[in-house]
This record gives sequence, structure tokens and C-alpha cells, in this order.
Amino acid sequence: MSGGPRAAALLVLADGEVFEGEAAGAPAPVATGELVFNTALCGYQEVLTDPSYAGQVVAFTYPHIGNYGTNGEDDESGRVHCLGVVVRDLTPEPSSWRAREGLDCWLRRRGVPAVSGVDTRRLTRHLRDKGAMPCAFGTAGETALREAAAQALPTDGRDLVSDVTTPAPYVRGSGPRRVVAYDFGVKQTMLRQLERMGTVTVVPASTPASDVLAMEPDGVLLSNGPGDPGALPGPTSAIADLVGKVPIFGICLGHQLLCAALGGSTYKLLFGHHGTNHPVQRLADGAVEITSQNHNYAVTDVPGAEVTHVNLNDGVVEGVRLAGASAFSVQYHPEAGPGPHDARYLFRAFAEMLG
Amino acid sequence: MPRRDDISSVLVIGSGPIVIGQACEFDYSGSQACRVLRDEGYRVVLANSNPATIMTDPELADRTYVEPLDPEVLEAIIAKERPDALLPTLGGQTALNLTMALLDRGALDGVEVIGARPEAIRTAEDRELFRRAMTEIGLEVPASGFAHSLDEALSIAAEVGYPVMVRPSFILGGKGTGIAPGREELVGLAADGLDASPVGEILVERSVAGWKEYELEVMRDRADNCVVVCSIENLDPMGVHTGDSITVAPAQTLTDVEYQAMRDDAFACIRRVGVETGGSNVQFAVDPATGRRLIIEMNPRVSRSSALASKATGFPVAKIAARLAVGYTLDEVRNDVTRATPASFEPTIDYVVVKIPRWAFEKLPGTEGRLGTRMQSVGEVMAIGRTFCESLQKAVRSLEQGRAGLNADPAEVDLDALGDAELLERIAVATPERIFEVECALRRGLGVEVVAGASGIDPWFLRQIARLAEARRELAEERDLGEHDALGALDRRWWHRLKRLGFSDAQLGYLLSSSEAEVRGARLSAGVRATYKTVDTCGAEFEAFTPYHYSTYEDEDEIRPSGRDRVVILGSGPNRIGQGIEFDYCCVHASLALRAAGYETVMVNCNPETVSTDYDTSDRLYFEPLTAEDVANVLDAESRAGGRVAGVVVSLGGQTPLKLAHSLPADLVLGTSPASIDRAEDRRRWNALCEELGIPQPPGGAAASVEEALVVARRVGYPVLVRPSYVLGGRAMEIVFDDVELRRVMAGLRLEREGGVTSERPVLVDRFLEDAVEVDVDAIRDHTGEVLVCGVMEHVEQAGVHSGDSACALPPQTLSADVLATLDGHTRALADALAVEGLLNVQYAVKDGVVHVLEANPRASRTVPFVAKATGVPVAMIAARVMVGASLEALRGEGLLHASGTVPSPGHVSVKEAVLPFDRFPGVDTLLGPEMRSTGEVMGVDATFGLAFAKSQAAAGTGLPASGTVFLSLADRDKPAGLAVARGLADLGFSIAATLGTAGYLRDRGVTVETLVAKVGEEGMAADAVSLIASGEVQMVVNTPRGRGSRDDGIHIRAAALAHHVPCITTLSAAKAAAAGMAEAAVHPLVVRSLQELHDAPDSR
Repeated sequence: MSGGPRAAALLVLADGEVFEGEAAGAPAPVATGELVFNTALCGYQEVLTDPSYAGQVVAFTYPHIGNYGTNGEDDESGRVHCLGVVVRDLTPEPSSWRAREGLDCWLRRRGVPAVSGVDTRRLTRHLRDKGAMPCAFGTAGETALREAAAQALPTDGRDLVSDVTTPAPYVRGSGPRRVVAYDFGVKQTMLRQLERMGTVTVVPASTPASDVLAMEPDGVLLSNGPGDPGALPGPTSAIADLVGKVPIFGICLGHQLLCAALGGSTYKLLFGHHGTNHPVQRLADGAVEITSQNHNYAVTDVPGAEVTHVNLNDGVVEGVRLAGASAFSVQYHPEAGPGPHDARYLFRAFAEMLG
Repeated sequence: MPRRDDISSVLVIGSGPIVIGQACEFDYSGSQACRVLRDEGYRVVLANSNPATIMTDPELADRTYVEPLDPEVLEAIIAKERPDALLPTLGGQTALNLTMALLDRGALDGVEVIGARPEAIRTAEDRELFRRAMTEIGLEVPASGFAHSLDEALSIAAEVGYPVMVRPSFILGGKGTGIAPGREELVGLAADGLDASPVGEILVERSVAGWKEYELEVMRDRADNCVVVCSIENLDPMGVHTGDSITVAPAQTLTDVEYQAMRDDAFACIRRVGVETGGSNVQFAVDPATGRRLIIEMNPRVSRSSALASKATGFPVAKIAARLAVGYTLDEVRNDVTRATPASFEPTIDYVVVKIPRWAFEKLPGTEGRLGTRMQSVGEVMAIGRTFCESLQKAVRSLEQGRAGLNADPAEVDLDALGDAELLERIAVATPERIFEVECALRRGLGVEVVAGASGIDPWFLRQIARLAEARRELAEERDLGEHDALGALDRRWWHRLKRLGFSDAQLGYLLSSSEAEVRGARLSAGVRATYKTVDTCGAEFEAFTPYHYSTYEDEDEIRPSGRDRVVILGSGPNRIGQGIEFDYCCVHASLALRAAGYETVMVNCNPETVSTDYDTSDRLYFEPLTAEDVANVLDAESRAGGRVAGVVVSLGGQTPLKLAHSLPADLVLGTSPASIDRAEDRRRWNALCEELGIPQPPGGAAASVEEALVVARRVGYPVLVRPSYVLGGRAMEIVFDDVELRRVMAGLRLEREGGVTSERPVLVDRFLEDAVEVDVDAIRDHTGEVLVCGVMEHVEQAGVHSGDSACALPPQTLSADVLATLDGHTRALADALAVEGLLNVQYAVKDGVVHVLEANPRASRTVPFVAKATGVPVAMIAARVMVGASLEALRGEGLLHASGTVPSPGHVSVKEAVLPFDRFPGVDTLLGPEMRSTGEVMGVDATFGLAFAKSQAAAGTGLPASGTVFLSLADRDKPAGLAVARGLADLGFSIAATLGTAGYLRDRGVTVETLVAKVGEEGMAADAVSLIASGEVQMVVNTPRGRGSRDDGIHIRAAALAHHVPCITTLSAAKAAAAGMAEAAVHPLVVRSLQELHDAPDSR
């Protein structure tokens, strides 16, 4: 007798570690990507549609994923950007008054391969110790998957933003105040926060500073986005040209790019921060914010900028403010989606800067 | 913000006896708080009346007062100790209510209430203030109004519309709450509720029964940082008290959008209520059709849910709450688990936690066994697995109710026999059996929608449960394909699938027609064994240092190797009547003593309320069911971890671990051998032993049938005591006065699932010694043969009342020196004959100077913690050391035991009194009998027996009156002795009321009876007993049963006393004790003494 209705699948890491599981989502003999783990208990729909996960395969540490299905409201972008999903247990049929479709169907319809039944705790412990690394998974068999894993690309040095940014500018919201939002992979929740402030013009990542300044914005938002900030010299120099000329608010990749534009350096964390429970201290008053995070890279020293927030778990710089100029940025996600709303005040702070 | 230096001493109030709605979770939280406060350098003064707690161990506080928890006593403690601060948030509702009472009396001048300000307590506890506060911040509460009378209640109900929920203000565990579908039901409920509320106020609100129910456990510090420790989703929808619901952590069916909105609401609530620091829990109801969210209530303190949240996540709520109360902020407190990260984060978990309550309806005939808004469970289990099904099945088998999991065992046959319609009808009513009925219905294919419609249980849970049926069906199909050796043919994937769904080997044996041992053998041959994961607060993101584990069937084992000698301690499982906190206390003490002696200790238990399941208590904690399979898996894991498993402690956790002794390798059982335990349990061998030693026993015999029982009864003469062998807490024990009764009792026993009669498990029929004095002796014998008699306790109630329900005094009060010497001699002889190594408890009945032995148990008894608190001797610690081979002589050398070699006679009297749950179960007779029904105990200590007894009564919540009327209704045989009681009370200035017969007897002998009382059904000029009690004109009732046969005469009197909170004494011996206490209390001022004063300097009094 052999158990289980689903086809057996394997997950193989670039370092040769193998995990057994079952095929789920879209059928795929071989899927590859850089494997990261996310510790959020809910919010998988937001995570899977977050453009920042481009180039990555997401493993969820919470075992039951798919419980409340998927709905029409919680997407963070128009499509799924991650390359695959690893779970312990995939709920086929959802239960929620908002559910439109079960997660398994949703993944299949959107062409996203998945593997379930994996000992995701062992996987997390491995990634925690060895770091995020490329992987391959699917039904192709161990030999093929080993080869694929060995050849799969990490995100280092790759411009993944070009794949996810909007091809052309578009406008959201209305009102007298004008905000320009650089789309490095912007999330819908972030745009919804900005729309409350006025007219938001979302521009492609490659937009030169001069084009932005020509729009006479009251402020510029540097959005989140995927991958390595070091691989984005164009946006970095555009931001450098904007600093001091217009109020700037950077989030996540936008934070890293602002810091890089100011002459700071970035580095890759061992396994990054991916979850909704990270404690960040606001140095101004010592208050603790529980934050939503999703990044593999971080900033070190930033010349001329003051560190405003730090991660209480590992001391990573979580926020900076440019001395004397109206620019600030945070490494985490104050817009949430998914995650706590503790840092939404930052949008109010940005709104005040807009005048 | 650092630790506060402006306070130096803190008074901590515990929660008192274990009662329904307030159990040992407050020992867990209180112990943590005391430890933290002392670590921080504060002087800790503790008040708690419950001797069976770890928190009342003298080491945990600078001053420990085991005194009644009432305002007068606390005032005396405050006057004596002058604490700077009072921490009321860790002792349950009891501590909060006492704090408010002390404030109202103006007794807290100069004492700062820390943790929650009085204003915050008021806002959270007073439902009208709470409703206004929530409306003010824009949170929706169910439409409702407050009533102080029946008329008000009816008009509010008319306004908000039926069905309505009734909730009394300032109560614990939902006492007096219920749902009224219409006017008629509301009339009764409102009256009960108004009575249950200490302020005579009830909330009448539109019922949201059937909505989804959630709880968030929230922490806040004084810098206004807030975190959610844990979210909990109830499997049972609104309408079943959360303490009686199966609950699951984390919440399963909320999207992040909904969850975050709920989190925002919870923070807004705690901020508005104004809980400055510590843990609070906030309850929500969510409409499953629309997601509309209502806030139901919040507790401004550490609660049952906090204990569950702590155990579910590894985040020690109480410990951190105590730190926050003395000024720290969350970011200044380190997370013990990771050591590197601060406590200012939100735990994330990578497993599923299921809690199932444990009820005791079988011990309370007359109860309906229906669950509702009034909490009725006496304990709970928690299980951890990687998936809901795995956790649920582990939790079910943790309950120890003879089930191997969620059906798939022989007991499922009864449900399978039901028709579909009847099954669905049953599912519509919440009962302890419902979860099994749900599985049965789903397995039958009645459909998730239908079952969800009938039960209100969210379809997510039902679809998960349906996976069990699906696996069973596929397994059966595969089997039918012609495999002869079904076990041998299961491949690794099949095994993994089944074990990951939580099926036990016993269930698989049932499904595959094999024995449990064959299943285990085949499974291990297939290479499939339990792996152990770690509870680490962070979903494995950081390295964890806490050795807190659960089993699952995955790739990787996380048990750290160790080269040291280890002792495995099996805990006592869920609290139930007959097996509660006392045994957890013993297990914890064993762990502490063995750690101190250099062993590594390994705890196995599944009760989330306990100190034993604190990850700090032992070197390793396995949160696992206590079954043969799960324990064998732990032992395998421990032997893989290296070092040596020196042995397993089975004799400190009550019947639960003892029953497992036979499944363990005999050489691993520490202390008294299983063979000796059997010798004491096996009736025939026990009788032979007593005969050999020349120790008298009440005559009796064993019977496997009605006929045999009748033969025995005729031989020994009525009355006889009938009891099944191998049962707990006097389960199904009865005193029988004639053949008719005996036939009835025997017939009843046959039907019992637990303790059913077979030739291996016969019924014991013994002559019942009427009016004998019962005595409990606890002793320890070491391997050299030295016996230490630790405590001799004389019961207040006569033999026939279960020892667990009887008050008892230490030292004994009426026994002669000869009798005491005989007791000592018999105990030593029995200890030697049974080759005891460790604890021995012997029960005796003394009648006419003759000492009869009733039973001997070579294991920890319920009285061990009481003896320890009364004498200052750490009995359980000594026993644990003796069990691993230490001699008493050696322990004397270490100072664990007095150098004198004996337990010194204390210069004070300690009285233990039982606390009974009758106020939760209207309709159950309060008469005490051989079946144990108490949930907890209290201790009163004072210079004399009378004063100690009076304190014990006050501590039990039925304080003896200082003046007024005492109503006597005595059985004929009690009248002579009752005369002295009546005279004594009359001399103290009490008026006497009595029933006609009693009054006549007393008047004839010169006692003035001022009020004649008619019993129910009696005609005449006398007042009716029930209305007299209801009128408040009676301050105490003494009602002893008629004796032979008809024990139901006084049931209305006792029910009335219960309903109107009038102390009601049902035995004459207790009445004598009460009279003595009242006489002494009248002339002696209240004196409070800490255990440290009593034991450190016994001669200074």
C-alpha cells in the first residue's frame, strides 16, 4: 500500500539537502528560485502577490496554509510574483465569508507550483543556519532536481525590479496634494495609504529624476521591491538627484535605495526578515512597534543620516532620517498587508511633510 | 524604564482553593510571579488558602500566609506586614474581587495597587461601565441593558429581542449565566443571575450564540507598548463558555485583514480600560456570514487563557506580567527561549494547539451534561501537533477517558448504532460527547454543510476532521484489495499519513485488527517513529534554548544529547475530581529535589494549567498525552539522547502514571515495585497480608455478580460499603443498607463504562463501620527499611464520607495514645511488608478503640502537600530522593529532614477542608458520601482545633456565623450528640430553630428552641424550612441524614442552604467542630501566622 492521493514531490536545496513532499498548485516537474521562509501566521494571499518576492520561493513556517482561501480584495498586486510555495499542509477547501476560491485552485490557475507535506520546521532550521539559498522542487525526481537546484540563481546582483515595475505611469486617487510613487514593486496596501493624501502618480522604476521633478510633486515615495539594491544603479542615481529637492519617504527596497543614494552601503542578511512579528524600536521615544518585514538586504552606515529605528532582535538598522532634509525611510512595512498596523503613523508623518 | 525602587515589598494574593472556573492555572501564574519578584529583590508576602499549591511553598515568598482569603484576614496581614504594593492580577477573579473589597473598606491606605489600577478593574468588571467605554471608542458590543430586578430584566429583553444572554456582574467562570430563548426561561435565569452577582446586577443582552468566538491574549507595559501573545479560536461557537469549549491556537479562519482589525480593537480596548501593565484577554464574537465583529468581554488580569497562551506559545505571560508590574518595559525583558531577543515581540508558532476541557458529570448525578454559558469543566488537556487533526487526536487521548483518539476505537460502536436523525439531533446540543458524534456523522457522509448547520462548528474544522474518515476509508479499501498482512504492507508514506493525522497505535490496531504492540512493531520496522520538535516562540527563526518538546511524525528530532543520568517523571494529566493539583505538586517537588541532587529531570504531562508543564520546572518537558504509546516514545527518544535513563517516577501523579507502570520495563520503575502496588490493590492478596500481620479489617469480600455480593453482604451484615476496584476518588462508591439497595447499586455498576464489573475487576463489598473515626497516615520508607511517619490526620467527618471530601486535622485531636501507637505500628508493619520505597498512605477506621485498616496505597496521596504545609517537612521531595536510592539517614545529613529523625509535633493545629462544586450544579444533593466530589481544598491553621476549623470554614467560603439563628434538623441517632452542640450554641447566644422531632428532643432536655420548622410536606403551624432559609433568618444549618436508607429527606433543606449561601453542615462531627470553632472564635481575636513563623521557630509561640 502506498499512502496519499497526491503525486510525490521533492524539494532539493542548492547545498544538496532534500525534503520529501507532495506536488500541489500548478503542475511542475521542476520549479526553481531562491528559498526564503516567512513566519506570519496568516496573510499568505498578500505575501504571494507581493512583488518583493520576485525570484523567490516562499516557505511558510505555519503548517496550515489556505484555511480561509483567497478573495478578491487582498491581492497586493495583479499577479503572483514568487516562483513557488512550500508548505506543510495545504487546505484545499476554504472557510471564510469572503473566500472566492481555494488556495490550491488559485495557485493552479495562476500557474504557481507548490510542494506540500514538507517538514517546514526542519527546512526553516536549515535556512536559519545556512542562509537563504536557491532550490528546486517538483515531481522530476531527485537527480534532475539536484541539477536544477545547483544551477538555480540566487537574487544577488540581479535586477528583479524591471520585471515587476509598471511599464507606464498611472494615477491613483485624487486631491490637491501630489505624490509620486516610484514603483519598484509597489504593494496595493501602500498605494491605498498614499491615496488618502491626494493624487498619486505611480511611475516606472526607470523614471529619471527630472521627469519626477517636472510633475512638481509635494512628495516622493520610494516603494518596496524585490532583490538586491546593489543591482539598481539607475534608480539609485535618480534618488540622489531628488534628495533635498522634494520630501522623500522610502520603504524597504526604497529605504535601501535612499541609503545607497546617500552614500550608504547595503549587505545581504543570512536569511533576511520575513514575517509580521518583528520588534522595532523607535529611538526618539523608545516605543516598540511590531512590524511587518520582508527583506534579504539591509543597510549599514549612512553618511549624514540619523538612525531612527532599530530591530530589537538583531540590531539591524530599520529606519533613517536625513539630517536637515525632508527625507526618511524605514526597512519594514508600515503599510502592513499583511501584518500589524503599529507603524501606520509614518504615513501621517509623510503627509505632514507634504504640507 | 527600569525596575521601580520606590517600592520594596509586594503583597501577592493567590486564588484560593481549586474551584470550577479557577484552577491550578493561578498556581502556575502565582508561582511565576513570586519567583520573579524575589529575583528582582522585592520582599514578597503571599496570601493563599490553598495548601496544595507550589506558590505556598515557603521558599517562594518571604512570608507565606495560608489563611482564609477574606477581607478581614487580608487586613490583618496588611497590618502586620505593611507591604508597599499589592499585585492583584495574578490570583484570578478572587484576588481582583478581594482587592476591590479592600479598597472599599479603605484598607489599602499606603498600599499601591500595581498591575491594574482600581479604575481599570472597575471598567473591565462592571459591565455597564465596560459597555459605555467600548461604545465610546467605537467598538460594537451586543445590544443589552443592565437589570437589578426581574422586571428590569424582562423589559430589557423585550427591547433587545430574544434569545437573550444573562451575565451577572463580577463573577468568575460564567457562574449564573445562561441563554434564555424566551420569557419563561428568563424568569428563572434572571433570578439565579441576580443572586450569583455579588452586586445584584445582571447584563441582559441579545444572544450571539452560534457566532464564531475568538480570544486575544494581550500584554501591555507602562510605556504603552502592546503585543498579542496568542490568538485563540474556539471550535465550539458562541453559546458555550470558553472554559468549556474546545479551543485552538492560533486562530485558523481569519484573514490577516480581519485578524489585524481584531488586534487593533484589542489594543484599543486594553488602552481604554486602562490596564497599565500585564496581561489581559479580550474576547470577540464574529458573525460567520458577514464578519461583523463584536467585543464580548475583557479580563484585566492573567486568566485561564493566559496560562493556555503561555503553554501554547512558550511566552511566559505571568512571569513577564510580574516584571512589567514593577516597572520594566517589554523591550527590557529578555525572551528566555531565544536568550538573544527581547520580550517585545509577538510569538509565532509552527504547530497547532488544541485544548479540550474535562468534565465530571459522572460524579454528579442529577446534572444534565449539557454545556452552556456556565462553566462546568473541572480540568483540561492541551495537545501540540503539527496539524489540527494530530493535535485534536492527541488531546482526545490525553483526556484519559478510555478513548484511543477521535473514535476508531471500540467505544465508537455505540455512536455507529445511532440513526442519522438522532445523531444530528445530538450534534445540535453541545456536550462532552459532541466531538465524537461530529466525527461519526462526517464519517457516515452526512456532509460538512449539514454537520456545520447542526453544530455551528466552522466548516474548516469539520473538513479537517473529515480527513480522518477519508484516511480510514482509503485504508480499508487498500486492505480489501487482498492484502493479508495489512500491517506489513503499509509503506512509509502510509504510516506517515496516518500518524500525521494523529492516529494512535491503539486506533490503528482497531482498524487493522491487530494489537497495539503489533502495530508499534510494524511501524518501527517501517522506520517510522515519533520525532520531537521544540516550542520556541518564533517558528524556528532563532535558536531556542528551552527544552520544551512535543511529538510529531516529521524528518527531524530536536532533542539535545545529554550525557547525564536522567529521571523521567510522569505527571497526572488533566485535573479531575479525585486527582488534581495535589499530584502536580508532588511531581514538581520530585523534579526540584532530583535536580538539586544532580539528576536531569524529564517531565511528561498534558495539563496546561500546571506548574509541572512550565518549561522551567524540569530539565526537559514533553507536552504529551500520558498513554503507553506516548510514554514509550518519550523513553525511546530519551535513550537516543545518550546518557542513562535512571528510572521513571510513576507513584507521584495519582492513578494516571500508576496505570502506566505495567507498560514500562519493570527495572525502570523507581521506588516501590509494581508487584507491591498490585499486592495492595489485589483484594485477595491484601486480605492475606493483613491477616498475616494481624491487622484487623472490616469484614468483607469481592463479588463479580449480584449474587456474590448478596452472599458477602449477608455474611458481614449491613450496612456495607460497595466499591469497584481500581477506581479513583471513590468513583461509584456507595453505602448500602439492604438487599434492594445492593441489587440497584450492582446493576448500576454493570452499566458504567469506567470501573465496570468483571472477574478481574470485581466489586468490593465490606462491612461499613458506622460512626467510626477515619484516619489517614502518610509515611515514607527507604530501602534500608527505616520508616518515617510524616503525618497522622484525623478526619472530622465519620468514616463513610470520602477522605477527599472530609475535613481533617493534623495532629489528631481525639485519638488516645494507645490508638496512635497502634496506628504507628500498623503503618510501619505495612510499609515493611509491602517493601515500600517511597510514599505510603494508609487509611484506617477507628471504632471503639479498635484500629481497622481500610486500604493502603504505596504512592503519593492527596494529603501529601497538606502534610508538608502543616509540618514544614518537604514530604514529596524526601520521597523522590528515597525513590532514587537515598536513605533517610543520608537526607538527614543533607538537612532535607530534621536531624531528630522524626517529624516534630507542630505547636499548632492545621485543618484541611474540602471545597465542593455544588453551587455550579443546582439540583445535585450536597450530602457527603463515599463518592468524592470536591474540586479543591483549603487549610486553616491556628493554635487550637476550634480556631483552625473555623478558619478552614471561612477559607472554604462558608464562614461560621458569629451570631444569629442556627437551624437543626437531626437524624434520631444524632440527637444525643446533637444536644451538646445545641446547648453550646445557645450558650454562645445563638437562637435555635429546629424541625419538630429535633425540637421536641432538645426542648425535653432543657434547650430553648425559638422557632419550629416544618419539613417539606409536613403540615402544621410551623414555618417551612425552605422559606425560612430563603428569608435570610437562618445563619447556619445543621442537617444530618436520617441514617438507614432514605437519605433524601433533607435534600430541600440542603438545596435551599446552598442557593442562599448559608453554611450547611451535614454530619454531626462537623457540627461539633463548628460549635467548638464558634465558641473559641468568639473569645479569641483573629491572629494570622505565616508558614515561616510556624515552622522556622516552632517554640517561639
